[in-house]
Amino acid sequence: MDFMHTQNRHINLHALQEGLRDGIPIALGYLAVSFSLGIAAQAAGLTPFQGFLASITTNASAGEYACFMAISTGSAITELLLIMLITNGRYLLMSCSLSQKFSPGTPLRHRLLAAFSITDEIFGISIARGGYLNPFYMYGAILIASPCWALGTVLGIVAGNILPLRAVSALSVALYGMFLAVIVPPARKEKIIGVLIAASFILSYASEHLPVVSSLTSGTRTIILTLLISAAAAVIRPVKLTEEENTDEVQ
Amino acid sequence: MRYSNYIYIFIMAAVTYTIRALPLTLIRKPIKNRFLQSFLHYVPYVTLAVMTFPAILAATQSPLSGAAALAAGITAAALGAGLLPVAAICCGVVFILELFLC
Repeated sequence: MDFMHTQNRHINLHALQEGLRDGIPIALGYLAVSFSLGIAAQAAGLTPFQGFLASITTNASAGEYACFMAISTGSAITELLLIMLITNGRYLLMSCSLSQKFSPGTPLRHRLLAAFSITDEIFGISIARGGYLNPFYMYGAILIASPCWALGTVLGIVAGNILPLRAVSALSVALYGMFLAVIVPPARKEKIIGVLIAASFILSYASEHLPVVSSLTSGTRTIILTLLISAAAAVIRPVKLTEEENTDEVQ
Repeated sequence: MRYSNYIYIFIMAAVTYTIRALPLTLIRKPIKNRFLQSFLHYVPYVTLAVMTFPAILAATQSPLSGAAALAAGITAAALGAGLLPVAAICCGVVFILELFLC
């Protein structure tokens, strides 16, 4: 069974277009966030090309920020490895979660390419899709988002104060707005999700102020809270075993 | 010792990609275990919620405008607005409020 056949080309193209469309707000938010990341990169001594390379190959805000700090202090390689595992560990969970959104027959090459597209935001819009996830949707989103991410980093390095602060401030909530657009609508259908969102907000806020926990990096706190809250929810309110989902999204 | 910046960038990219790729390539079948299935069903909502709050308060110049953006975003999303409109509404709320606040 060859999945990516010509008769499915228009389905994939359609998914790609939808990914491009949904990637626009992500790209705009990325421009603002990576702009401030570029300022950090410049302070760490990266050239515009190095900043571009780092952003286009990694696509991770907290991870890149941590790496730039490691560069500025000349950290050992082992330390960098550990920092990367901690700041990017949440992608492991997202990748596990996405593995269940893909049709089991999705070929390896698409899994490898889609893995490159797992950012917080693209993960967010991808899980909001109904049925099986077409990897072309993720490609569309990353195709527009990643260049903007890299461009913003370069702009931040070469001209840290080109945008007025107020514009940066306003643009930087775009990403959170998208998160809300992903998590709020399902909460209306499944009450438990609304409860989980409220619990996540409260515990996340508390973890920033509790002793010991607050000294962890925000990446580590995200992982710990995700594991604890999701596991608790899975015990208290297990989902019904999946019936065969509709296959609209399969190529 | 100090390494070239390129070494750091390469390691960062390689480690980050490996983390992203391993589960997606290794888990090829639907997970049958009911606990794991439920767990993975809830992970996205929890992780996105944890990342949104209280970080949104620190993203803006004033925490008040961040809080207003949060309230506006939740309301707009609950009323059925899509990704782009919700994101735009959040940005607009911050921009307008900070004309007065900052």
